[in-house]
Amino acid sequence: MSTQSDNQPVPAENRASGWVIFVFFLIGLIASLISGWIAFPNLLYSTQQQPIDFNHKAHVAQMDCSSCHFFRDDGSFAGSPTLDECKSCHMYPMSNDPDEQKFIEEYVKKDKEVPWLIYAEQPPCVFFSHAAHVKGADMECRTCHGDIGQSTSLREYQENRLTGYSRDIWGYSMLRLGEAKHGGRHKMNDCAECHLKETGSKGDCFQCHK
Amino acid sequence: MKIDRRCFLSLVIGGAVGTTLTPVPWKLTDDIAIWTQNWPWTPSPEKGPSVYKKSVCTLCNGGCGINVRTVKGQAKKIEGQADYPVNRGSLCPMGISATQHLYGPSRIQSPMKRTGERGQGKWEKISWAEAISTVSEKLAELRSRKKPHTVACIAESDRGTVPYLLQRFLTAYGSPNFIRTPSSFDAQEQALYLTQGRHGTIGYDLENAGFILSFGSALMDAWGTAGQMLSASADFKQKNKLIQVEPRLSDTAALASQWVAAKPGTEAALALGLAHVIVRDNLYNKEFVDNYAFGFEDWEDENGTVHQGCKSLLKQYPPKKVAGITGIDKGTIESLARKFARAKRPVAICGRGSGMVPGGLDEALAVFALNALVGNINQPGGVTAIPEPDYWPEMQRDKTASNGMQQPRVDGAESDRFPNTRYLLNRVPEAINSAKGESPIQALLVAGGNPLYTMADTETAKKAFDKIPFIASFSTYMDETAQYADILLPNHHFLERFEDVPTPAGTPTRVIGLTRPVVEPRHDTRHIGDTLINIAGSLGGFIENAFPWENYEAFLKQTLTKQWDSLEKQGYWVDPEFMPPAWEKAFQTPSGKYEFYPSQRSKASGKDADALPGFRQVELPGDPEKMPLTLMPYASARIAGGAVANPPFMTKTVDTDVIKDGAVFVEINPQTAKKHGLSEGDAAVLKTPAGKARVRIHLFEGLMPGLVAMPAGLGHTAFSDYIAGKGANVNALLTDVTDPGSGLNAGWGIRASLVKA
Repeated sequence: MSTQSDNQPVPAENRASGWVIFVFFLIGLIASLISGWIAFPNLLYSTQQQPIDFNHKAHVAQMDCSSCHFFRDDGSFAGSPTLDECKSCHMYPMSNDPDEQKFIEEYVKKDKEVPWLIYAEQPPCVFFSHAAHVKGADMECRTCHGDIGQSTSLREYQENRLTGYSRDIWGYSMLRLGEAKHGGRHKMNDCAECHLKETGSKGDCFQCHK
Repeated sequence: MKIDRRCFLSLVIGGAVGTTLTPVPWKLTDDIAIWTQNWPWTPSPEKGPSVYKKSVCTLCNGGCGINVRTVKGQAKKIEGQADYPVNRGSLCPMGISATQHLYGPSRIQSPMKRTGERGQGKWEKISWAEAISTVSEKLAELRSRKKPHTVACIAESDRGTVPYLLQRFLTAYGSPNFIRTPSSFDAQEQALYLTQGRHGTIGYDLENAGFILSFGSALMDAWGTAGQMLSASADFKQKNKLIQVEPRLSDTAALASQWVAAKPGTEAALALGLAHVIVRDNLYNKEFVDNYAFGFEDWEDENGTVHQGCKSLLKQYPPKKVAGITGIDKGTIESLARKFARAKRPVAICGRGSGMVPGGLDEALAVFALNALVGNINQPGGVTAIPEPDYWPEMQRDKTASNGMQQPRVDGAESDRFPNTRYLLNRVPEAINSAKGESPIQALLVAGGNPLYTMADTETAKKAFDKIPFIASFSTYMDETAQYADILLPNHHFLERFEDVPTPAGTPTRVIGLTRPVVEPRHDTRHIGDTLINIAGSLGGFIENAFPWENYEAFLKQTLTKQWDSLEKQGYWVDPEFMPPAWEKAFQTPSGKYEFYPSQRSKASGKDADALPGFRQVELPGDPEKMPLTLMPYASARIAGGAVANPPFMTKTVDTDVIKDGAVFVEINPQTAKKHGLSEGDAAVLKTPAGKARVRIHLFEGLMPGLVAMPAGLGHTAFSDYIAGKGANVNALLTDVTDPGSGLNAGWGIRASLVKA
């Protein structure tokens, strides 16, 4: 039940003035902008280090990319090398590098696969063929993966806490603007953009979502 | 400075405006979409190098060679094995989607015993030790009561080591009741025995045949070995060598160079009409008929009685009369007969639909007579008897077992009435339901097949099963029959087990394929061979002695020692010595010749006409006044009509005018539809003497007026929620129509009414 006093207008002297209201608006606006642009990305992504700090440059100096990242006989792409493949050279230490020591102690001796964190891992609903791109379209690894072959250290891996996928899929820029750092940015629109440019078509759904 | 409610609202509005200017809503929307499409608890296939493993599919009796792509021990894809002598690389959709059955929820995951009513679906998990002791105790109890012959075993095949072990077990135990599930090959194998004197698998050399006359065989829809027919289909089409006799424009008829729409059930009359023209015009192979055949001309027996031969009998089937019976134009019959007789290497084949639709013995004998007339027995492109495996070890049995084995079979097979019929599962329900006192089957072992789905008139079969006090199922899946059992002893999935697959019906070479484990067993299941060895061990005595092997694998390797190298390396073994025997040595009949007059065939009335192939109109059950239409099942390569149901992948390939929103469509001719006031898409009730089903109407000009065609293989009620409840089971609407000469089910259809719902 309403009382009479409820319907009476609040006297003007008891009301907040226009600029006070505007200040509150600004506080809300700025606080949300700060939390949205700075706090949110830090909350959304967790940061992890790779189990072994791998030096690509040192390896590339002695062998090709395809020595470790090769195509299998059936045309499928092997991705990161398995322990057996690493062991073919690193059964015993080849240098004094502490990471190599760690690799041999913790993985080779224990016969345990290295749980590499894959920067460009796509969800299982995506079919991607390396053969079609590298062999068919003659593309270089760096076009999508950046100049990782020249790196001496593995960068940190950021994982989306909600989806469980790498930050490289969305890209480091929250607005997905500018050139992708590290060659990262592997969302569907990124595929489509390149396909449109190179082939004249964004492609059909079933090409990637079987 | 006053702060009031409006300040708070302003703060919220500022926050909302600010938030829309940040990535938060857009990024979170995207992430939620990805998160919901990739639930962490949904298993996804392993990644890694592919390893191909050869095996043989046993989902039906076709036995196609497969090559399974596995990654880290998971089966990912099934392909046809390119060099396998049966299917040569082709594979049906069922075989391709078998991984869904391997990983799907239809599997029985451990031994279980029933806790609720039969069929209620209440189970309690038990140990293997308890499961084996429960079965052995029941069997031991029946044996101690001198009733071993009241145990029956149903299997889908009677060839190969697993069916052999089942038969060996029953023999050692003392029961003659090993029963193979029915198919159209029952009639063909019996016809083979009656005409050639050989027990074996029938082989049709369709690859080398120059002209194929198919009496309703759904070559494109899983007849024989589906993969084999798919491989051959291009050849059929290119060489215009297939003629299809069928009342429905099936996929096979569509592929044929000529479609002959004979009235259903009159195939035998047509075959005899064609034979009439071939004999009348002297187009038959005289070398074969004169020298290697018996009973073509009239003949005199040792008592001086003159018997009618095939030639005299054929006089009763002049084209004009046959035209009246079959509805096919007289000229077409004449020209078809001449085409058949003059073609190079012609062959006539029979077995309606995929082979699941039954047929009487006369039909098979009539079609065989056509083949014999053109002399294509044991010739390239002809018909051959593939001998049954004969590599079994000896055994001894005790007196109880011997006495039990001398009891008559429950199904009436091999009795005085049906002496040449080996199995009659279709007669089992009647034998149980009409028995006075206790059921003649006290314990039933279901070691293959899914009788409560595949048998005609499933309700009556269920009533019979109700009277069997003890039912054990060895099924891999929770199928309709397993659901009705008392105890479950699940076999491994075929991708998890060893098994040999001897020559499938229809294949013209002698071959053994090896089914072998492609993945580790996923559940607490056990190979049926091992389970049998365990049960035999627990029964003890002679039965245990008959099973001296450590396990099934040891038995398999010992049995197939000679073939093992080839089996292991290639996945199959082809008998290098097998050649269809020459005519002078081919026939083991009493006359030593091919018998146009099958002297071994039982003659109920003592008349020659009973022995000779003839056309006897099958009286379909039902009152033609009340049920003016005729229902017939049809086969589809995209719907598995056998024991194992369609996996969901396969059902997705079925058109929306076959099944939609859980309702099955029946086909009728537009003329029939008009007469009955039905139109496309209408919901209707289909009624037969066996039962009724809710269906929808699909008008199809390719079906003869007066018929209702319904796909076989839908309407499962078991397996899983993803499989059950789609359409209706046509078998539940059919009934058994006993073929007087053989006891086989000759009921290819049934009378029906269709009323708009």
